[in-house]
Amino acid sequence: MTVVDWSRWQFALTAIYHWLFVPLTLGLSVIVAVMESLYLKTKSEKWLAATKFWMTLFGINFAIGVATGIILEFEFGTNWSNYSWFVGDIFGAPLAIEGLIAFFMEATFVAVMFFGWNKVSPRFHLVSTWLTAIGASISALWILVANAWMQYPVGMEFDPAQMRNVMDNFWDLFSGIAVNKFFHAVFSGWALAGVFVIGVSCWVLYKKRNEAFAIRSIKVGGWVGLIGLLLTMYTGDGSAVEVTKHQPMKLAAMEGLYKGSTGQSIVAMGIVNPDKRWDNDEDEYIFDIALPYGLSILAKHDPHAFVPGIADIVNGIDVNENGDTVNTVSYAERIALGKLSHEALRRYDTARATHDQAGMEAAEKDLRQYYPYFGYGYFDSVDEAIPPVGVTFYSFRVMVILGSYFLLFFIVALFAVYKKDWLSRHKWMQVVAIVSVPFMWICSEAGWMVAEVGRQPWTVQDLLPTKAAISEISSASVITTFWLFALIFTVLLVAEVSIMFRQISKKSQLNLETDNAH
Amino acid sequence: MTLEYLQNYWWLLISVLGALLVFLLFVQGGQSMLLSAPTKERKELIVNSMGRKWELTFTTLVVFGGAFFASFPLFYSTSFGGAYWLWMLILFSFIVQAVSYEYRNKPGNVYKTKTYDTFLFINGCVGCILLGVAVSMFFFGAEFTVRRGNLLDTGAPVISQWAPTHGFEAIFNWKNLVLGVAVLFLARMQACLYMMNNIEDNEFFDRLRNKALINGGIFVVFFLLFLGLVLTADGYTVTMNPDYTVNVSETPFKYFHNYCQLWWAAVALLLGVVLVLYGLLRSVFSKTRWTKGIWFTGLGTVLAVLSLFWVAGYNDTAFYPSLLDPASSLSIRNASSSEFTLKCMSYVSIVVPFVLAYIWYVWYSMDRKKLTEKELQTTTHKY
Repeated sequence: MTVVDWSRWQFALTAIYHWLFVPLTLGLSVIVAVMESLYLKTKSEKWLAATKFWMTLFGINFAIGVATGIILEFEFGTNWSNYSWFVGDIFGAPLAIEGLIAFFMEATFVAVMFFGWNKVSPRFHLVSTWLTAIGASISALWILVANAWMQYPVGMEFDPAQMRNVMDNFWDLFSGIAVNKFFHAVFSGWALAGVFVIGVSCWVLYKKRNEAFAIRSIKVGGWVGLIGLLLTMYTGDGSAVEVTKHQPMKLAAMEGLYKGSTGQSIVAMGIVNPDKRWDNDEDEYIFDIALPYGLSILAKHDPHAFVPGIADIVNGIDVNENGDTVNTVSYAERIALGKLSHEALRRYDTARATHDQAGMEAAEKDLRQYYPYFGYGYFDSVDEAIPPVGVTFYSFRVMVILGSYFLLFFIVALFAVYKKDWLSRHKWMQVVAIVSVPFMWICSEAGWMVAEVGRQPWTVQDLLPTKAAISEISSASVITTFWLFALIFTVLLVAEVSIMFRQISKKSQLNLETDNAH
Repeated sequence: MTLEYLQNYWWLLISVLGALLVFLLFVQGGQSMLLSAPTKERKELIVNSMGRKWELTFTTLVVFGGAFFASFPLFYSTSFGGAYWLWMLILFSFIVQAVSYEYRNKPGNVYKTKTYDTFLFINGCVGCILLGVAVSMFFFGAEFTVRRGNLLDTGAPVISQWAPTHGFEAIFNWKNLVLGVAVLFLARMQACLYMMNNIEDNEFFDRLRNKALINGGIFVVFFLLFLGLVLTADGYTVTMNPDYTVNVSETPFKYFHNYCQLWWAAVALLLGVVLVLYGLLRSVFSKTRWTKGIWFTGLGTVLAVLSLFWVAGYNDTAFYPSLLDPASSLSIRNASSSEFTLKCMSYVSIVVPFVLAYIWYVWYSMDRKKLTEKELQTTTHKY
């Protein structure tokens, strides 16, 4: 593997670990804040006990989330140095704003949350808990705005004199992709925390520790989780439409679709054929169960719309709203145009060095014309511009299937918890809830796999391929840090999970034996 | 607002964040004393005193990095991608810090308290020394080149290149280590003064007083040595042409001249040194148990660090001199973001006073009552 591959693996490893903790922080902070609000409203010690129990778990998770988060920010510089220069003028701003507005809010008020019970008024404490939750979400907003911009770079223009992109419209950063991505990610955190709270509470029920506490927690977790999941689904639908508009190749990879059609079906379950390429006649799937019109509805909200496949996009074929076949720019042409943009920039640079104003203007004119394909100039063949189909295809299905399962899960859990004693009497339901917990994490991680693997081979869509975004370091250095990260994150994860288990099992945490309120 | 004005403004903000970070490194200073704590009770007091502030230091470091990225992206891409091992070692030390407070005393933590305390100790020492090394390169330079034209070399498109040692050469440069050691002992001294302010325990107070004097003494020696090196060092004067080409010339005693020309930086440095010495000496020699020393040394530290950043970046100075190719040196003119971006972020920076205000208010509310052993025995959440 090359330094590009290892740099990608290192970033993926860090991001995957980080995302194990972030959604729980996003969701659990809201659940804790709701519980503390109920405590302040009812003045019931039972709500206070529940708040403190979940707050302890929140703290354990929060610490490791912070640990893995710091790396991500700095890895843009350490491993993606060229990227940091090429688009730093745009990408850096959301990161700085995230730090200034969100991180300080979280860091300041989380201290009050944990240590302020006897130091500040109950009302100020509650405000601090909410501000911690809001700070976490604001942090997510800025990093997701930055991520969305990589998928759909807008609000900037290329400055040939500096050989980098510069921002020209800040508000463009809040594109449809950014808005959908933000709500999709944050609400998925609510759903994940809901599953976590229900699963842990069912374990408490299973062990017959404190039924009232468990039921109370499931009610809050269930509602927050259900609302979160419904909104995740809604924004996921919005994301699919945006991807269709701006990243059709990613959509085609998500579907393993090579040859598109009008009224395109969607593969509910299937196995993609690993031998299939955009330029051969192999079947797309070894096995598939398709739902008619599904993809056209998902992608364009129109059952008869045309959805292009990978081969269509590569060959520059699309069908417009009137059903007429139209030519887009084929990938072979894009590569040629990309190389022309490089050539124009080279001419500009030479003219600048010799103070040849006319030469600079002529070169800049060409450059502006070809710049939308600048990134393709780094490729030698069309194959380099196609994302990995298998991982994207399967990740998408894992996310959707598990997401659908959890919708049912929340409905059943809420139904059960409001039916007197039903949940306490049905052990199988408790076991199902406990076993379901890790699957929510798989669902959530799969979502990111779709977004980021599907984005390949681009770091910035169409402008900067991953292979041109790297730092000038040796593979050996990145291999070493990759394994160090893998080791240290795993060591810390083992500690985190072990502490979580012990904290949940600790009887003193659930010592409200006489508490039987529902 | 002109581009130059915005570049100056953002260098000022970077200086403020850097100065606050150095002050807040007292958390790391406290951690570096953990393993030598004489009793378990003492250790718990140190950990819980520092532990209630660790996130603030950590966050300031992250925001310092983020603000540098946004305002001077060429520094970010050159330094982080080049001095790979220096930054990675700093990051590793902060990863292990982030979990250690929360996990060290929790049942089921797998590796026992001692391991987490060792993590905190490592972060305390390594974090301070290496951050000092990283900042020292602002004066003594680094081994890199910047060639924007590389972008068009599809085989090797990276514009910033670094010596193959990738940061190790900076770590083993004695001049850089002088500042690293100075930062460590400054942080240890400040930790003593902070705990004298934050913990109610007379016996511990007297012990901290002695420690503050020893650590403060070592700090002063190393700081004076560093200052001497800086004032006698040559630097680069960088002026920028409208077409983004730069003129770089080597200037003997550049930083000394900067202090002479930027009188306000010299005043800040002098005032900073006086405040640090006053805070330290009164804390140590006062007949009563005077607890306010941390505020004087803290303010002094902030002023002194601000002045160092100012002479590193203002007055057409290369704040990141290249030892391999002077023309590649970075100044606030050629490494900054565009005028539009700096302007947008300047609007956002209006929130800074509000952020500082709520941090101050929360700090005041939380530290109003001193930390005691009794509190640690009764509290529901402790480290």
